[in-house]
Amino acid sequence: MEAYLSLFIKSIFIENMALSFFLGMCTFIAVSKKVETAFGLGVAVVVVQAITVPANNLLYRFVLKEGALTWAGFPDLDLGFIGLVTYIGLIAAIVQILEMALDKYVPSLYSALGIFLPLITVNCAILGGSLFMVQRDYSFGESVVFGLGSGIGWALAIVTMAGIRDRIKYADTPRGLGGMGITFITAGIMAIAFMLFSGIKL
Amino acid sequence: MSAMKVFTDPIIKNNPIAVQVLGICSTLAVTTKLEVTMVMAVSVMTVVALSNLFLSMMRKLMPSSIRLIIEMTVVATLVIIADQIIKAYMFEISKQLSVFMGLIITNCIIMGRAEAYAISNPPFRSFLDGLGNGAGYGLVLIIIATIRELIGSGKLFGLTLLPTVNSGGWYQPNGLFLLAPSAFFLIGILIWIARLTVVKAED
Repeated sequence: MEAYLSLFIKSIFIENMALSFFLGMCTFIAVSKKVETAFGLGVAVVVVQAITVPANNLLYRFVLKEGALTWAGFPDLDLGFIGLVTYIGLIAAIVQILEMALDKYVPSLYSALGIFLPLITVNCAILGGSLFMVQRDYSFGESVVFGLGSGIGWALAIVTMAGIRDRIKYADTPRGLGGMGITFITAGIMAIAFMLFSGIKL
Repeated sequence: MSAMKVFTDPIIKNNPIAVQVLGICSTLAVTTKLEVTMVMAVSVMTVVALSNLFLSMMRKLMPSSIRLIIEMTVVATLVIIADQIIKAYMFEISKQLSVFMGLIITNCIIMGRAEAYAISNPPFRSFLDGLGNGAGYGLVLIIIATIRELIGSGKLFGLTLLPTVNSGGWYQPNGLFLLAPSAFFLIGILIWIARLTVVKAED
């Protein structure tokens, strides 16, 4: 239990997807202009990440891993090399299903999150989460915790960023630095702040 | 637009990173060592050029409802091939690239160029456009990696240029340049310079 808790804290703060691995940067920069939109996207990322990482974990352990197909009579088969195309395929499928399910059963949530869902398929934080899970060989339980934690970490970073950008709007930046330039420099300062967490031993 | 301009425009004037602000994830993550960066730049350039070429050839056959999935599959296949080649011939570098090689699939430059250019232009031009955008991306990557490796560890391509204090020299390396925040600062400054000189974009 303690191991799960420390993995959870680690994936939110210490190994923050956005600020220490630079994942999902395109959306991180593009959708952090307003706090409400950033929050909506953040929630969508948490949901999708918490579903896709465990789903890809099952796919990896029961189909792709070396020797995983022993039950089907292929004990020497290692399908690890087609991992990339299957993970992205599964992510795209899950996002599509989630979109249709929300539309049918929870229309109010769909109208809030709907526009963000298609963006998420090409968000590198999602695919990156699954690839890290494979590289670090997480068990199913760990993958659930890691998926949830890394999603929350990313959401936390984008909401904070949107809050800061809201204020920067009124600041008098030098010519040419406004907009993208100052956003990156702010992200750098935020990354320094998040690095302080790495001193915590769990 | 002439074919030559299709290739040269994205290198500086319409640079994918500094001007269009696409494909930043990997720009920041793999730029601590110049050698690794070069491999990444060449891989992205090859993948974006070939994906543009193939998608442009298929552009009249693709029904628009499943276009994204076809694009994804083509790109993923190309990335798998590139990944396998690098694992086979440059194993050490593939270890350092870790998950970022696979993340080329979700690099916005590739899908961005496919959507914005390849699906409405003939194959040869799309190929040149991909090559140009890949080169523009590589150029920014190499500039950032040169600064980070030189200031952060006093080396270029792993060869010592500034002998560090630890090994008996005079140079005190600035460790911050090997950590995440420096990449954000450098790219912010680079975009600032690009906006002031090349593009003159208004905010």
